[in-house]
Formats: sequence, C-alpha cells, structure tokens
Amino acid sequence: MLWAVVLAGSLGCYLLKLAGLSVPAAWVERPWVTRVVEFVPAALLAALVAVQAATSGPDLVVDGRLVGLAVAAVALALRAPFIVVLVLAGAAGALVHVLTG
Amino acid sequence: MPSSARTATLRDAVGLGVAVGLYGVAFGAAAAGAGLDTWQAVATSALMFTGASQFAMIGVLGAGGGAFSAVGSALLLGTRNTVYGVRLAPMLAPRGWLRRAGAAHWVIDETTAMAVAAPDRELGRLAFWVTGATIYLGWNVTTLIGSLGAAALGETAQAALDAVVPAAFLALLWPRLQRSAREPGVQRRVALGGAVIALALTPFVPAGVQVVLAVVAVALAGRPRRTATA
Repeated sequence: MLWAVVLAGSLGCYLLKLAGLSVPAAWVERPWVTRVVEFVPAALLAALVAVQAATSGPDLVVDGRLVGLAVAAVALALRAPFIVVLVLAGAAGALVHVLTG
Repeated sequence: MPSSARTATLRDAVGLGVAVGLYGVAFGAAAAGAGLDTWQAVATSALMFTGASQFAMIGVLGAGGGAFSAVGSALLLGTRNTVYGVRLAPMLAPRGWLRRAGAAHWVIDETTAMAVAAPDRELGRLAFWVTGATIYLGWNVTTLIGSLGAAALGETAQAALDAVVPAAFLALLWPRLQRSAREPGVQRRVALGGAVIALALTPFVPAGVQVVLAVVAVALAGRPRRTATA
C-alpha cells in the first residue's frame, strides 16, 4: 500500500509539473485558476499544522506537540533559521514528554 | 554577460540549494515516523521531489489516513508547480521532449524563485539548473540521513520527532503569512479557515480526509481582483 501511495503520488506530482511546461499558458493563467492555486497551500498547510499538532485519530488532544508548536511560532517570529525552529520544537516536545511521562 | 553576475547567481543558487537540502533531514525522519521504510522515503524524495507535497503525504499517512487522502493532499499542493511551469516555459524553452521531461522534474518553489529573480534569461536558466541540481542532491542525501537516523530513536526522541512535524508544517506556512507575501491578510484568513475546518471535521471523517476537505477554505480568498493576475 505504501509503495502504491509513493508511486501514484510521485507520478501525479510529476505530471502536474510537466503540464505547466507543456500546455498553452492561456489554459492555466486564468484569474480564477491562479487565485485558487495561490491560496491552496495556505489552507492545506494550516490544516496539516492543526491535525499534526492537536489530533490523535478522531480525537482532539493537547500534549507536547502543541507546546512544541508554540515554541516554533515564537522562534519563527524571531526569524530563527528552519533547523533551529525544528530543534527547539523537538526539545520542547521531549521535555513535556519527560515531565508528564 | 559580466562574469560577476554569473558568479553571484551561482553562489546564490548553491547557497539556497544547501539550505533547502537540509530540510530533507526533517522529511526523512518524519517519513520514518509515518511508517515509510528508508527505500520508500528516498524514493519519495527522488521521484516526487516537491517538499510540501511530500510532507503532506507522510503527514496524512502518519495520522492514519488512507491512500486517497495521502495522494490527494500531495496533488493539491502540487498544483502550484503547474503554474510555475507556465511561468518558466518561455525562459527555459526546453527543446525536445527529453529536455522538457527533465526540466519538469525540477520545477519547484525554489528553482522558480531563483530563475524568476535572475537579471536576464540566460542567468535565469543557469539559476534554475544549478539550484535544481544542488537541491536535488542535498534533498535526497539528507532524506536518507534523516530516515536512517530516525530508526535509532528511543521513546523520548520519538516524542521530540512528533513535535517536529507540526513545527515543520508551520515553518513551510509561515512565509506565506508575512507582510512580504502577496495579500498576507487573505493568506491568514484562508490559513485560519483551513485549520478550523480540519479540526472541526476530525471527529467525523476518516483520518486524512479532513486535510483534503480543508481546501474549501480557499473560498475565503474571494473573487480574483482584476489587477491580481500578473
């Protein structure tokens, strides 16, 4: 199953890239299309942030991940580099795990 | 072409490539956490090669989501590469299907940004290929490192990794919400809508489906403005 997901997802993403180089620009550069495409990442990435940080299966949960996310937000606001953001978030999550373990 | 402009383009392209390549460690580790073995993680980086889609796919799988939600979320995030391709096509003007097929694989956020920012067409092409090559190499090597490293993690380190994944998504989202982005207010509204929709649906839909359905939040962006279609 995992291999099928990896290969189908990869093929689909590749065809989306290839389409951009291959189809007439007028097909894609319509106001509605470009607007939707421009805002899809914000909707999906925010949904993934929320689901990864605050859910477990069908349940909403609060644990070290949410603390890590808050730490990451502060680090990002202070313009910390990507890798520093991740290390701080991970450290916060691990700390909560140890304290509440 | 002045050689200093060429050197500057090369330096910027390699610098960005190295920096972005490091994200691969986070992807490799997160992929391992989601149940992908090392071969699957590296295959994803080598074949899909578009960061946000890769993270989305393993994010959905890690949350227990099904194949359709995992592939669907990856494809939705992959649509912007189509728009990038349209913008790059006149600059790259790849001759023959083989070159076009090769160039297409490297049409991503970073190569597009570097190519479009270059001062002329020739430097733009150079920036595209050098950025693409550097990122492709770094991204795959660091995915391998991250995947192998995650296998050696204990329970506390696993808790750390669990906290790293949402932070990685936030880091991908963050630049889109800043004042320097186009229409940051609208981006924030759409992002908040996406998060609220996903959380509200979580108890009621199979895992992962809420992520795909959150795409309806783009409706919050409203109508296209006549001037917004550059």
